Amino acid sequence: MRLGHRLLLGAALFLPPRLTPRRVRDSRHYRTIDQYRFIGWFLAAPLVVYLVFVVSPFVQAFFYSMTDWTGYTAEYTFTGTANYERMWNDDKFWEALRHSLLLLVFAPLITLSLGLFFAFMLNAGGRRRGGQAVAGVAGTRLYKIFYFFPQVLSIAIIAVIWARIYSPRSGVLNEGLSAVGLDSLRQNDWLGGRFAVWCILAVLCWSFVGFYVVLFSAAMSAIPHEIYEASLLDGATRPVTFFRITLPLSWGTVRTGWIYMGIQALDCFALVSIMVPEHGMDVLPSYLYDKAFRDGQAGYATAIGVALFAVTLLFAGLMMRLARRERIEL
Amino acid sequence: MTSRPHGPHTPHPRYVGRRALLTRTAAASLLAVPALGALTSCASGGSGGGTKDVGRVEPTADNPLGAHPDGDLEVVIFDGGFGDQYALDAEKLYEQRFGSVTHVKTQEIQSRLQPRMVKGDPPDVVDNSGAEAMDIAALIRNDQVHDLTELLDAPSLDDPNVTVRETLQPGTVEMGQFGTQAVYRLNYAYHVYGQWYSRTALDRLDAEYPRTWDEMIAVCEKAKRAGMAGWTYAGMYPYYFNFTLYPFIAKIGGADVLRAIDNLEPNAWRHEAVRAAFEAYHELTARGFVLEGSSGLSHEESQDEWCAGRALFHPNGSWVENEAARNTPADFDMAVGPPTSLDTSDAMPFETIWAAPGEPFFVPADAANVAGGMEFLRIMLGRESARNFTSLVSSLTCVRDSVDGMDLPPGLTSANEVLAAAGENLITVRLPDWYRQLNNEEIGGAIAAMMAGDIEPGEAITRCQRAADAAAADDSLQHFEHI
Repeated sequence: MRLGHRLLLGAALFLPPRLTPRRVRDSRHYRTIDQYRFIGWFLAAPLVVYLVFVVSPFVQAFFYSMTDWTGYTAEYTFTGTANYERMWNDDKFWEALRHSLLLLVFAPLITLSLGLFFAFMLNAGGRRRGGQAVAGVAGTRLYKIFYFFPQVLSIAIIAVIWARIYSPRSGVLNEGLSAVGLDSLRQNDWLGGRFAVWCILAVLCWSFVGFYVVLFSAAMSAIPHEIYEASLLDGATRPVTFFRITLPLSWGTVRTGWIYMGIQALDCFALVSIMVPEHGMDVLPSYLYDKAFRDGQAGYATAIGVALFAVTLLFAGLMMRLARRERIEL
Repeated sequence: MTSRPHGPHTPHPRYVGRRALLTRTAAASLLAVPALGALTSCASGGSGGGTKDVGRVEPTADNPLGAHPDGDLEVVIFDGGFGDQYALDAEKLYEQRFGSVTHVKTQEIQSRLQPRMVKGDPPDVVDNSGAEAMDIAALIRNDQVHDLTELLDAPSLDDPNVTVRETLQPGTVEMGQFGTQAVYRLNYAYHVYGQWYSRTALDRLDAEYPRTWDEMIAVCEKAKRAGMAGWTYAGMYPYYFNFTLYPFIAKIGGADVLRAIDNLEPNAWRHEAVRAAFEAYHELTARGFVLEGSSGLSHEESQDEWCAGRALFHPNGSWVENEAARNTPADFDMAVGPPTSLDTSDAMPFETIWAAPGEPFFVPADAANVAGGMEFLRIMLGRESARNFTSLVSSLTCVRDSVDGMDLPPGLTSANEVLAAAGENLITVRLPDWYRQLNNEEIGGAIAAMMAGDIEPGEAITRCQRAADAAAADDSLQHFEHI
């Protein structure tokens, strides 16, 4: 292809079809160009917004992570990998990362397991009645509403409520433990001590289970009843039905939910900053916040942000790969 | 669920598949990044814009700093426990002699002001207080804070023969210094730290205020028999303990022990005085004199418990009277005492206390009206404004003797008496504002764990020393020393 022709083809991207030269329109590439022109111009506005407000801050972050910027002036010096070296030797960073990873592993596992279990019970776990092959337990619709409740509350309110529950003085948890005779399990300091990360994990799971119950319910109700009927005729028990039919057929939703929950677990900023006292545990985002806005070390905080970005990306990529399965056609 | 006849990678060759489109869009957006070069200077860009400098005029007797007579002023006040009425009143005094004042009150000092500091367009006076205060050390490092020495050496508002410096309470100038002679901020509200208690509760126990640790144990024992805890504290902010622990250490071993701690000297925490103080405090926990569950309380909750008479002592500062006013019983008779001495062989007398001003005001170096900003502070340091502040918010100020003859509430009266009794025996601790993370998280965390009964004093000291050593070795921190 000659250069002139190529240029013409390129120019056609910016020309309305009527003004496109005949020579181009007859080209065998024209069809592709026409499509890109159509899609490209349609997406131009959102793409610019995306570039300016999402991509460009990301790129800037990589740059600022290699400076000693305090966040208070327009001045900074380029320090290369100094921030990353410091991060490598920063025990507090590793501790925050350890907490974040712990939440990343357990929060999706617990939340999704509970979500799947409840959704299955609500959709196919009940006694059969009225000639239906599958049905949820009694009061399904009521349960759905109850499970969804925490999702309606703002995360700040959830954090405040749970901080009261964990309060060592007249908090529900300590009092409850006493009431059932487990005085030895009472803690003097739930949120400031070594149990903090598990306390946060419990709140995180509690606040998200309802959302996944509703999400998985929607996915499960899309599974045709004939399949359940057939499996029941073959004598499948409930666990078998769940693992052989329900789970595989809602796998796509589970995978998406897993990634979403993982990202929630990696964030966790609101819960930690509201519930945990300053001397207590940190997760990556709260550590980042301290460095940026309390200690005036925006450059180092940005480096932590880049690390968080890498962890998130790694997690998403890993999950997509691990959870890839053949799509089942219905 | 969608079905698709082919695998995802083999759409019709002529058509642009969804996946291909996404991949190519991503590639295109990456290519477009260099074109955004102009944008990459966004976050830190745009310095030096700034508003026009108001300039100065020739200084006169009643305008010693040479503030421009028509100079407008912008004052940003932290809208916390002190409110902002005191500032509004002082602004009226400013407006009588100079230009008009723009008054801004906010609780979000940092989010409101940081972008303006970056742009080089800051207000003229900033009350840099609250949870969202800006890191003054970082601002000083960047030369963004004006040195107030000329204000301190100017004649005071009320008496031209006395300089502003001479009207200030001890510790005020020191709290504005960061390792050099320059004074970058003026802390206005004067705090007296100590063991706060209710005289009524102490009388009911038929006890005297404990002057030695043996007496303290005896009082706590008495309280325990009466069904009352000896101490409570704000466990979520365990550095409240430092309000009495630091002066306690200084009393036992002398002020130099505390200076060594402030200066992050090696093995500063391993001093005998520190060990004695930690062991004494640990005894409170070990013998069950601390209100159960204090370790999870916020300062408001622990103060409520204290006001409700469930605990006798609360380590605190003189702002507590105003803060807890709502829940204080009418017959509480709030008072403060110096931290109890260990015994009579202590290096410093029983009257020794930690007293220092808080509520820092500074004038940004890039402010349009620097002289006007300092003149405003000079007005606030005048007797009229200081007394107004005390009567409005029931707190002492850094202006010496400004409360003479005023009718003060019991807690403040007591604080003033304790301050007078201390005389020269005042401790100023810089750790909380020089190394906030070290003080609040590390030392606070070690003390929290010790007071919750999780670790022994020896381990708490080891943790403090390790954290102090780490802070001393951390190049990302700016290090200061007492001068």
